[in-house]
Amino acid sequence: MKYALRRILALFITMILVSFLAFAAFHIISGDPARAILGMNATEKQLALLRQELGLDKPFLVQYFNWLLGFFSGNLGISYSYRQPVASLIIPKLLVTLVMVLISFGIIVVLSLPLGLRAAQKSGGRLDWLRTTVDQLCMAVPAFFLSILVSYIFGIVLKFFTPGDFPKMERDLTGALRYLFFAAVCIAIPRIAMAVRMLKSTIIEEMEKDYVRTAISRGNTRAEVLKKHVLKNSLVPTITFLGQTMAEIVGGSIVVEQVFGIPGMGRFLVASISNRDYPVVEALVVILAFWVILSGTVADLVGQKIDPRLRLGDRS
Amino acid sequence: MKGEVMKKKLLAGILAVSMVGALLTGCGKGATQGEGSTQAAAEAPAETPERAKTNEIVIGIAQDLDQSLDPHYAVAAGTKEVMFNVFEGLVKYDSNGDTVPAVASDVQISEDGLVYTFTLRDGVKFHNGETVDLDDVIYSIQRCKDDPKVNPQTSTGLKCIANLEKDGDNKLVMTLSEPNTELMSLLTLAIIPSDYDKQDTAPIGTGPYKYVSRTAQESVELEKFADYWGTPGNLDKVTYKINEKAEGLVMGLESGALDLVSHLSSTQVGELSKENFNIEQGTMNLVQALYLNNEAAPFDNELVRQALCYAVDKQEILDMAFDGYGFPIGSNVFPAFTKYYDESLVNYYEHDVQKAKDLLAQAGYPNGFDMTITVPSNYLPHCDTAEVIAEQLKEVGINATLKRVEWETWKADTYAGRNFQSTVIGLTADPLTARSLLERFTTGQRVADAEGNRGNNFINYNNADYDALFEQAVKCYDDAEQVKIYKEMEKNLTEHAASVYIQDMADMVAIRKGLTGLTFYPLYVLDVSTLKWE
Repeated sequence: MKYALRRILALFITMILVSFLAFAAFHIISGDPARAILGMNATEKQLALLRQELGLDKPFLVQYFNWLLGFFSGNLGISYSYRQPVASLIIPKLLVTLVMVLISFGIIVVLSLPLGLRAAQKSGGRLDWLRTTVDQLCMAVPAFFLSILVSYIFGIVLKFFTPGDFPKMERDLTGALRYLFFAAVCIAIPRIAMAVRMLKSTIIEEMEKDYVRTAISRGNTRAEVLKKHVLKNSLVPTITFLGQTMAEIVGGSIVVEQVFGIPGMGRFLVASISNRDYPVVEALVVILAFWVILSGTVADLVGQKIDPRLRLGDRS
Repeated sequence: MKGEVMKKKLLAGILAVSMVGALLTGCGKGATQGEGSTQAAAEAPAETPERAKTNEIVIGIAQDLDQSLDPHYAVAAGTKEVMFNVFEGLVKYDSNGDTVPAVASDVQISEDGLVYTFTLRDGVKFHNGETVDLDDVIYSIQRCKDDPKVNPQTSTGLKCIANLEKDGDNKLVMTLSEPNTELMSLLTLAIIPSDYDKQDTAPIGTGPYKYVSRTAQESVELEKFADYWGTPGNLDKVTYKINEKAEGLVMGLESGALDLVSHLSSTQVGELSKENFNIEQGTMNLVQALYLNNEAAPFDNELVRQALCYAVDKQEILDMAFDGYGFPIGSNVFPAFTKYYDESLVNYYEHDVQKAKDLLAQAGYPNGFDMTITVPSNYLPHCDTAEVIAEQLKEVGINATLKRVEWETWKADTYAGRNFQSTVIGLTADPLTARSLLERFTTGQRVADAEGNRGNNFINYNNADYDALFEQAVKCYDDAEQVKIYKEMEKNLTEHAASVYIQDMADMVAIRKGLTGLTFYPLYVLDVSTLKWE
């Protein structure tokens, strides 16, 4: 329990650190939100006026602490690009991305476990080369290309969904889910390939250990040993991998959202960075950091639940 | 067990083959388009899209609108392109770029050009149902003149208005302190209600379409305004969908999600199936050039700038980066602005490598030099242009390196900071006046004023003759004479090689078959009121 508490504290500190770094990054790179809003012909006077209005004329640390104060009192500020509260702007977009990421994660779990197991069992078999090639191919294909390919095949040729016409979730939930499913597949494919390879090598490595040989020499079949012992031992690295996956597929969603025209968080983040919409970027960066750390923490905690040997934290 | 394995193998095989197959058909499509599509068109005429029945269209745009939809504060060209349909001024632009009466039905200008008498059109209604009165008109003009947040080019231009006075219920008398031949262009400024404070988020105008709603980074909706005073729009509803990836827009057209997308490249247009779309070609109405910082060595030397003009082959740029589309230019006015355009300047510098080398030698750079071309990375056409230029400059011994920067960085460092050697960009005219295109190269725009503002002369062009001509032009109240002076200024820019002028880019519009009435303007706008389903 103490361990869990420590992890939560670390999570908290990391988030603040990340928010600070994001804030600092914006002050280092060139570009000016006032100019982004007022355009190329704005006069110095107009720019100064707007900077004052947005509080951008204050010293850097004051700006940061103002933001931090707002954040802790539940006020994420007003978006520069839309003049709307950040929270009301990003919540619908977060929801879309969350649903897409969860579908994607589901696909990864459901497909990669049996495929990985099969790959390990059939390792060295006649068709191993084919499996490896397909695996490599899936891993290497860029998300951008994959998205165009899937949109083309399933959207334009087979008409399972209409690329570029994402239905609003509140109006047509099934339509939206169907649309998100194909986007989720694009995010999932490279990750499945990675998972399969990871599982294959973990299981093969485990199968070569002494205890496996001993177990087999005592009359157990390979299948039995695999099921009873090897899988259990392979579970922890798998869960760690899935934790990383959970974190990484959010990053993978950015490109996919752009090509599919899905109004999600990733696309909004990219647009907000190029518009220098600090309040939105800050909020999204903190949420992303939270997500990444949370995935890792949950994976760790689950891993410890399964494998008591990992509970180092409590001993110290 | 064995069977299952077989099935798996089969499945894997099918998957692999189908992926490769998809790749091949995807690639092959472009190549064999010509033949295949004519056949397809003959066999199956394009089916009537669902939206034709409900009389609406969906237009794809590459960027979201401004943070404020208030027409007097909007700055982005993309915002104006959409809101052109929502707002009108006393006068508005027609497709020739001339001003025609809108909210005013008539205008009388006194002999000396100092008194303008506008007659308010009877029964013009705002989108909220209220009738436009003189107070609204006066409010709108005053606001553009005095509000510090308004585009300085507009507010400065309106400074000549000394007095606005009502004459009865429907006449507005505008008295000027000095004549201004470009006033009518400025009076295209939107007339908005005087007692309404939500223009930012729920704008109200008098145009043929009214604003309905927007969703951040998703869509903007317009609806036909039933009480419009003039020829009403044909379509009942117009939705703009935002997708910042051109691939997404092309996909949206192909899938049927979008009916019309402007500003496509020739490559993107080439990917579209011709049986479903017509491609129309207009101009972007901008001046694309390799802009040279006239204060940064070696471009402070006129001979070097001229050498670059000779070294760059415009036609080759069009051929290599734009599939041959585009209109070469020779000075800072684009061809669609016919009144001021001087065609003879296009070939003032005929591509000539030897001449370029000679000029460089004469300038003291017989072995060339190193230079940097700064390009905004989000504008692919400008990046492509810069790459071709860099190759061409190699021939005369100049080693040009591309520096790609983010758009906001370009705006802050290159444009406002003038911290660059050369850059490729397109400049537009807003408002559509010769002054807005040519004033920017005067000394007044180069040096800082009392408030510390530097104007728009980001290339630091410094030429006394040019300044004198401009002084003449603004003081000249005879239209024909003024046109002549502006043309002199154009020529001055060319002769002194202010920059390497390249082209006005082609504007490719993909429009679904069955949809007609697309009208091109010499402005960056899309008039949806003339569009209709057949």
